[in-house]
Amino acid sequence: MARTVTTRRKLTFTILGWAIGLLIFFPILWTFLTSFKTEGTAVATPPQFLFFDWTLENYHEVQSRSDYMKHVTNSVVISVGSTLIGLALAIPAAWAMAFSPTKRTKDVLMWMLSTKMMPPVGVLVPLYLIFRDWGLLDTRLGLVAVLTMINLPIIVWMLYTYFKEIPGEILEAARMDGASLMKEIVYVLTPMAVPGIASTMLLNIILAWNEAFWTLNLTAANAAPLTAFIASYSSPEGLFWAKLSAASTMAIAPILIMGWFSQKQLVRGLTFGAVK
Amino acid sequence: MGSITLEKVSKSFGTTSVIPEIDLEIDDGEFVVFVGPSGCGKSTLLRMIAGLEDLSGGRIIIDGKDMSSEAPAKRGLSMVFQSYALYPHMSVYGNIAFPLKMDGQDKSAIDKKVKDAANILNLTNYLDRRPGQLSGGQRQRVAIGRAIVRQPKAFLFDEPLSNLDAALRGNMRLEISDLHHQLKTTMIYVTHDQVEAMTMADKIVVLNAGRIEQVGSPLELYRSPRNVFVAGFIGSPRMNLIEGQEAAKQNATTLGVRPEHVRISKTEGAWKGTVGVTEHLGSDTFIHVQVDGVGKITVRTDGDFSTDFGQQVYLTPEATRLHRFDANGQAI
Repeated sequence: MARTVTTRRKLTFTILGWAIGLLIFFPILWTFLTSFKTEGTAVATPPQFLFFDWTLENYHEVQSRSDYMKHVTNSVVISVGSTLIGLALAIPAAWAMAFSPTKRTKDVLMWMLSTKMMPPVGVLVPLYLIFRDWGLLDTRLGLVAVLTMINLPIIVWMLYTYFKEIPGEILEAARMDGASLMKEIVYVLTPMAVPGIASTMLLNIILAWNEAFWTLNLTAANAAPLTAFIASYSSPEGLFWAKLSAASTMAIAPILIMGWFSQKQLVRGLTFGAVK
Repeated sequence: MGSITLEKVSKSFGTTSVIPEIDLEIDDGEFVVFVGPSGCGKSTLLRMIAGLEDLSGGRIIIDGKDMSSEAPAKRGLSMVFQSYALYPHMSVYGNIAFPLKMDGQDKSAIDKKVKDAANILNLTNYLDRRPGQLSGGQRQRVAIGRAIVRQPKAFLFDEPLSNLDAALRGNMRLEISDLHHQLKTTMIYVTHDQVEAMTMADKIVVLNAGRIEQVGSPLELYRSPRNVFVAGFIGSPRMNLIEGQEAAKQNATTLGVRPEHVRISKTEGAWKGTVGVTEHLGSDTFIHVQVDGVGKITVRTDGDFSTDFGQQVYLTPEATRLHRFDANGQAI
């Protein structure tokens, strides 16, 4: 029997839903608004919501003090680079585990996940020393390597669950139909796995983009991505809310726009396998 | 040509033997059905012939050539899977054309062959659709279309009808038999349904626990089952198997008599019993009778015969149609 939903119930839940949504979104909105205020109005009591003198001054100042484009480029290189290398390593791994599992496949998967359970700070010192000795400190290459390793378990897990959904019989049918391994991958497997690969890629770009622990600790000036760029505004001269807000808005804008355009893929990726 | 010979073919997973050594001869153009209960190894055997499963021992010879270690595509066989295994991202046309494309044939030749196959299978109006937009029966036909365009030496069917409803299954059974008469290509068909086996096969291979119990034409298996397993498996409703005193009277450990070979009467007969459940099929009636000192006996009689639950009746097995089995279950 279908559950009957009264109009009042619907209205209550709609209002509640919007309220929670706005509550979660509010800090981002406030940051955005503050970025257009002067330092004075930013800290004024009572706070001014929309009716203040809008100014772009903060953006000018942020741009003149630090090279925004350089940080964006670093963020893009690091997040996209680590994700692509991660995919190249994870696709064959997930493939093997999904289509020719052994007794230990489950254990290997658990082991990979378990590496995410250790607090990253536990390996900070050894990793820092290795980076120092190998000359990888403050290089994009070093960060790409670290972020690839950090996100690899998640990439493998996501792809594994995706590949598991592809029935093995379809691959066998392709084999019977005369497809070589290469043709099987190009004509049958990849087209069927593209949604999964795409959402894995998007999610990992976002994870890498937002990663702050390693990017802050292993970079100085050259390879600093946007996370380090924002952090530089919280010190040392005390907090300048308006400028910090402008910097934050600039830092999250690219990933926000990307997320907006790919939200359909993302939601599918995140909820995949939940309902079958 | 499409003759297939299995020589001492065996399969084991680790230390568990799934199929002990099997020898089997399949002639060109024959319709062979592998039948047996779930887990008897029939699908594994088919997959070994297809090349999707490695052999643990023995040889598979197709048209006189040892194909034991050839890749599936090199064996010249086509397979129709239980789940149809259609490519969901391709149209019906794309699905049927796929094997030809893999074979590197040119576009106009592919086009002609796909259209011919679609014609045979009544799929002409659906060529642009995706598999997701088709019914179960249509998907099954696409899977068959994909198999026939290659003009294989033999078709392998792995329980192709088990996902269809009963009415459609009956239709598809006819269509596949019809296709066999048209193409005259060797077909190997795996099923757990003895009705499919009886109605379609030229030759039935009854498998149990990886072993071949008997090979023969449907009527051979029906008339002279070699052992208790085949006797019980072939025929519907199942053959009545009687043990004990009644069997001993006939110098056997187990006595078998088919429901259609037991006469029922309200007045006289060899065995006295009480009527249990009665199943009316219209044309036939199945009556389950509890016979004193013998056990439960199923009787098949004509549709007009009527009895009541608990009524007393008399049964007489036809003496010439009795099957006798020894202590090892082998026919005497």
